[in-house]
Amino acid sequence: MERSTIKQEINISESLMERINELLSHYPSDKKKSALLPVLHAVQDTHDHWLSVELMDKVAEILEIQPIEVYEVATFYTMYALKPRGKYPLEFCRTSCCMLRGAEDMMDYTCQKLGVKENQVTTDGMFSVHGVECLGACGYAPMLQLGDFNHEHLTKEKIDQLIEDCRAGKINLV
Amino acid sequence: MARKILLEKTGIEGIRSYEVYRKNGGYASVEKALKMTPDEIVEEVKKSGMRGRGGAGFPMGMKWSFIDKKSGKPRHLVCNADESEPGTFKDRYLMEHIPHLLIEGMIASSYALEANLSYIYIRGEYMWIFKILEKAIKEAYAAGWLGKNIQGSGYNLDLYVHCGAGAYICGEETALIESLEGKRGNPRMKPPFPAVSGLWAEPTVVNNVESISNVPWIILNSGDEYAKIGIGRSTGTKLISASGHCKNPGVYEIELGLSVDEFMNSDEYLGGMMDSRPLKALIPGGSSVPILPEHLIFKTANGEDRLMTYESLSDGGFATGSMLGSGGFIVYNDTACIVRNTWNFSRFYHHESCGQCSPCREGTGWMEKVLHRIETGHGTEADIELLWSIQSKIEGNTICPLGDAAAWPVAAAIRHFREEFEYHIRFPEKIKNRDHFVNEPMSRVRHLLQNQMV
Repeated sequence: MERSTIKQEINISESLMERINELLSHYPSDKKKSALLPVLHAVQDTHDHWLSVELMDKVAEILEIQPIEVYEVATFYTMYALKPRGKYPLEFCRTSCCMLRGAEDMMDYTCQKLGVKENQVTTDGMFSVHGVECLGACGYAPMLQLGDFNHEHLTKEKIDQLIEDCRAGKINLV
Repeated sequence: MARKILLEKTGIEGIRSYEVYRKNGGYASVEKALKMTPDEIVEEVKKSGMRGRGGAGFPMGMKWSFIDKKSGKPRHLVCNADESEPGTFKDRYLMEHIPHLLIEGMIASSYALEANLSYIYIRGEYMWIFKILEKAIKEAYAAGWLGKNIQGSGYNLDLYVHCGAGAYICGEETALIESLEGKRGNPRMKPPFPAVSGLWAEPTVVNNVESISNVPWIILNSGDEYAKIGIGRSTGTKLISASGHCKNPGVYEIELGLSVDEFMNSDEYLGGMMDSRPLKALIPGGSSVPILPEHLIFKTANGEDRLMTYESLSDGGFATGSMLGSGGFIVYNDTACIVRNTWNFSRFYHHESCGQCSPCREGTGWMEKVLHRIETGHGTEADIELLWSIQSKIEGNTICPLGDAAAWPVAAAIRHFREEFEYHIRFPEKIKNRDHFVNEPMSRVRHLLQNQMV
């Protein structure tokens, strides 16, 4: 696991702790570890969408498990980011059904427009472009995922509009 | 219009909300179920003949009957909403449009299994649906369908939704259980089966969203009525999610037994091909099942009509058939490159292999590399045999079926489209552009291969 050199400010706010406690209440009191995946989502969503080692250590402390138990989970699942990404990570599905409907062209277009390669962050920190595997929107291809939401039936015009809306602060990620 | 069980009410305005759902007959099956004994419900589901809708097609009632009720340990029902099979997006449709149907099914099914703590495990990428379900569950608690002493019956049930975080393997039931315990999604050795030792080593049944959503109808109308729908051992209706080069992609509920021809070409369903281009291939049940070439899609090798049933789609075995699988119906026209598509799938399986068994961990990566080499014009004749050899050594040699799922698409592509692999290898200059079949489909370059034959 690569340790990011970027420092992350850890802030377990009252509302986040409330959410964590709510998630913990879904499992028997001696099975706190079961809440790990949803808790990591909640923590990541409130920490610029990535998990530093320090943040994972904090999660371990809250769930009363060993840090390694958090690391091995965070490195296994693709939705946990271990280094900072763009404020708006554009995740293109590129598996067969989306590929058939032009996902590769859409992704190339976006990379070109933003002047980045796959997995790179734009210099202003606003966007990053990622290729991911099937997101379950095969009939609405091509598509991208941005935060909690899907943007489907993509065209170049729709991508232009989406990027403009992100820049104007009109897009919510959760 | 075809008969609908699952999507019957999805058109009703506001059906997502509890009030509207209830007003339209929602939760009636729970009222009826609570007056029956759990074993009577299991019996009805057995009689329905319904087979698991996740892909494997194992009879649901039979699976239920295996749960250990004797040990006295707490029991659990876990709904598998980790839908990640490429080409499959049917469960998403159900949960998004009529979330209370799944919750109703979860309550009735949990009662049948005598489970008091149940979960819906949803993939992390469906986060907005996770929130829809959380809200619906809250509504169900408030209306007294969940919690203690449900509707005065003395039965208690807690139901929660749990989210994954991007791992195809968690759709395998034992990996899903590991993930629900807060661990990496590494499948477990079976036996013991989850019905004996599942979540937290307690008896657990894992069922697909669509399977559980059928239970309310079965309880209200009886298993015998359900078994009257469909053909032979393929009873009931099935959600099919169609994608690729068809005219009308989307989610459809069909009665099992409909012909592939009608599903593909009638305006009620897919309406034929996009832009009227010729059909080249079909994957009928999600990326893992064998691809069928054009001549085996509408007719079986024996010349019989190919039907949308478990039996007909697999007629001819893997030599000339495929599988109904999860109902992920992917349509390919003549511009699609089978080599590129197979490489795409291999990349998917390589990415998704959990890494536990070496044949799958290493083999999926090797297949991805060899296929990429062929697709980009660097392949050799020996690569086809190499691919065949790798896939045959993965199949059957892994703990879970992901290995098989990675091997089958490669085997089927070579079996039915060998000439496309040969074309890529012998004419590398022709396939430099990734859209190489758009202007020159295989039908127009086939003669180049034939001219070479001595």
